Amino acid sequence: MIDFDVVNLSRFQFAATALYHFLFVPLTLGLSFLLAIMESVYVMTGRAIWKRMTMFWGSLFGINFALGVATGIVMEFQFGMNWSYYSHYVGDIFGAPLAIEGLMAFFLEATFVGLFFFGWDRLSKLGHLVVTWLVALGTNLSALWILIANGWMQNPVGAVFNPDTMRMEMTDFAAVLFNPVAQAKFVHTVSAGYTAGAMFVMAISAWYLLRKRHIDLAKRSMVVAASFGLAASLSVVVLGDESGYLTTEHQKMKIAAIESMWQTEPPPASFNLIAIPNQAERKNDFALEIPYVMGIIGTRSLTTPLLGINELVARAETRVRNGIVAYETLRHIRAHPDDQAARKRFEEIWPDLGYGLLLKRYTQDLSKATDDQIRQAAFDTVPNVAPLFWTFRIMVTVGFYLILFFATAFLLASRGRLDVSPRMLKIALWSLPLPWVAIECGWLVAEYGRQPWVIEGVLPTYYAASGLTLADLAISLAVFLVLYTALLVIGVKVMLRAIRKGPGDASDPLDPAAPGVPGRIPLQA
Amino acid sequence: METLIPLDYGTLRVIWWALLGALLIGFAIMDGFDLGVAALLPLVAHTDAERRVALNLVGPVWEGNQVWLITAGGAIFAAWPLLYAASFSGFYLAMMLALLALILRPVGFKYRSKLENPRWRGSWDAALCFSGTIAALVFGVAMGNVILGVPSGFDPDTMRPVYSGHFFQLFTPFALLAGVLSVTLVAMHGAALLAWRTEDRVAARARRWGARAALLSLALFLIGGFWVAYGIQGHAITSLVDPGAPSNPLTKSVALQTGGWLRNFTIWPAMWLAPAAGACGALLTAILLSIGRAGLLSFLASSASFAGVILTAGFALFPFILPSSSQPAAGLTVWDASSSHLTLWIMLLATLILLPIVTAYTAWVYRVMRGKVTAESIDTAPHAY
Repeated sequence: MIDFDVVNLSRFQFAATALYHFLFVPLTLGLSFLLAIMESVYVMTGRAIWKRMTMFWGSLFGINFALGVATGIVMEFQFGMNWSYYSHYVGDIFGAPLAIEGLMAFFLEATFVGLFFFGWDRLSKLGHLVVTWLVALGTNLSALWILIANGWMQNPVGAVFNPDTMRMEMTDFAAVLFNPVAQAKFVHTVSAGYTAGAMFVMAISAWYLLRKRHIDLAKRSMVVAASFGLAASLSVVVLGDESGYLTTEHQKMKIAAIESMWQTEPPPASFNLIAIPNQAERKNDFALEIPYVMGIIGTRSLTTPLLGINELVARAETRVRNGIVAYETLRHIRAHPDDQAARKRFEEIWPDLGYGLLLKRYTQDLSKATDDQIRQAAFDTVPNVAPLFWTFRIMVTVGFYLILFFATAFLLASRGRLDVSPRMLKIALWSLPLPWVAIECGWLVAEYGRQPWVIEGVLPTYYAASGLTLADLAISLAVFLVLYTALLVIGVKVMLRAIRKGPGDASDPLDPAAPGVPGRIPLQA
Repeated sequence: METLIPLDYGTLRVIWWALLGALLIGFAIMDGFDLGVAALLPLVAHTDAERRVALNLVGPVWEGNQVWLITAGGAIFAAWPLLYAASFSGFYLAMMLALLALILRPVGFKYRSKLENPRWRGSWDAALCFSGTIAALVFGVAMGNVILGVPSGFDPDTMRPVYSGHFFQLFTPFALLAGVLSVTLVAMHGAALLAWRTEDRVAARARRWGARAALLSLALFLIGGFWVAYGIQGHAITSLVDPGAPSNPLTKSVALQTGGWLRNFTIWPAMWLAPAAGACGALLTAILLSIGRAGLLSFLASSASFAGVILTAGFALFPFILPSSSQPAAGLTVWDASSSHLTLWIMLLATLILLPIVTAYTAWVYRVMRGKVTAESIDTAPHAY
């Protein structure tokens, strides 16, 4: 019934388009805030240089924003296109934050982003500043609602399964809204976006300073970015830890996989600094451990044990067995809708229904599942350990590096010495890709680490896909491959050209690109 | 929880049917002219300066306008999850085509004027024309297929959507007529805006092409009406309907009858106002543009026509929202395809609070950006497209 090639290609397509979309989103989040800060300084001090900064970084913001919008539409449509059973199964809960995101956030940012660009001459200074802040607010609200939706996939609270409609239905909207996973994810993700925005401004300003162009603008931009970046990068890690802590509450398996921790250790557990996980034999071929650290981070205590993968698999096996009962009871209710006793039983055991569905991969008739199949289904709850282990470590390493980087930049900036160290400027330039590396790794840890579930404990990913054909997927993947590659090349080209061209305004006497100054670089190629 | 909701389930479902219509009409009226301007670009604007005038007319507002589509998509997901699941996956490749068009649009608007190279600009103009035409065509073809009924159903054990058609089956003569009508409607609407808010040659060409598109829309709409009356089978529920029942599209029985989609107009004659607005609006637009009286009135006439056409389709189908040709009893209706009572209620509250705010600030932005767009106004704007 389920074509696993279609499922795998659908997963690949979703991951690829999401990772691609997520190249642009963090920059939108970070830059919109930086623009609002710069323009606030302009309105407060009345100094024209700050308006030029807002307009210049604003033009780069616009180039990035267009690609974010273009690739964002795809994300909303893909749930229905490639994951139709998912859409039916959880649309009652998952659709709501998406629709509210449109009403509350997209309208706000998209309506005012036009005015940000076209309204300079039509609005008062204060009026335009309000518009810029509203764009920043809109982008952040958008992140809030999409992460409420995503948080529910990781921790599906406030909903029950309804046998009459064969889907999950909302029972408590407040629980969905104030889902602790969603709240932690929101702060962690927007902080990562702010860090990316700050790094972007740092790197390009550093490039100008290295070339002795637009010095006034670049120096001021760097000071803003260094302070903003330090606050943001600290917040990512501090609140990233919060997100790790919550993971142990709700997704013990994910944290065990991230740590490649096969056995439950006596508390506090040690932290595997480096390991070579062996998924087939369920052990590490090699591990370099730091005692106690993991237990303290993960549980905030010295005595609470952290469960290892093998023990969690044993627990999952019990839930798969309960899941069979839940599934059979559901079938009974579908055939005899008036059997109130069966409905009563189902209310108790429906939370294990998803574990039963894991077995559908091996047998259509769950009542005849063999012990081997049940054990296999239970082991399927283990995500792919090695990639999680390593992407997590890359993310964390980059996170700490960025704190160090922004702290150094902030210290130099506060002494007014940021531009005198060519080495620091070069480091700033070459560090540009790092926030994106960490962010994409973070997405993988969160979403690949959720596997085999699309909704944790409720709906297996493979079971949620649409009944498409291989040809459908081949065509859509080819379209995305060609289009997204072309757009990336074009976007980077337009962006680089705008950066090379620079702010190009006559009011900056130090600016060699300004007209009338000897050695001027021609504006048009 | 349920007992605290002041509106019963059946009423909320009808409200959400109306809200879905409101969002789609909002998309058509607001983003329709952006699509139309893009589709008409090679016809109404020949030189680069003229094209920049046309593009900068919609430049400040198209991004906000597009959110009507995104929000309509989100609202279908939240309020009509079965419709979202069945139609988006069933129309998979057609949706891909629409996505291709919609992806090219933001990039085309934003990047076109970043380089002076004529080949660069020409390519983006072609991409924008493609995006406006194809997006409108696909949405129209999809609507045509909904009126014809789509080969979709549900697996009774799991409620998994099942679709038995493929891409090329979508392009039947009637569906193509609906697709072309959709293109002529956006062209009329975009031209109405261009004729009103630009000057000289662009405005003159927009009047000419707008009048042609309006007359063509009128003709296609009338042909489509006769086709629906005499050549297409409408669906009707023949079993007892409980408007408050749990959403399960497999419990009813459905009968097919040629001309059946006109039944509602007999029951509620006031519904004839919708096709009347669709036809008269297009006629009025054509007249006003032909006699050179382009302005707010002709734009409103064009908007009324667009809204009238969409309402006509919605009224004809009611209570169906996705009739099925392969398994008629599994067609989706207002009574059996919605999300839960609680979700509909919460989403209604969110909409009642947020949509007026959106409308208010959108109106303010249009007020700020009012007035004609000219070549001179573009040269002085630093961020113009």
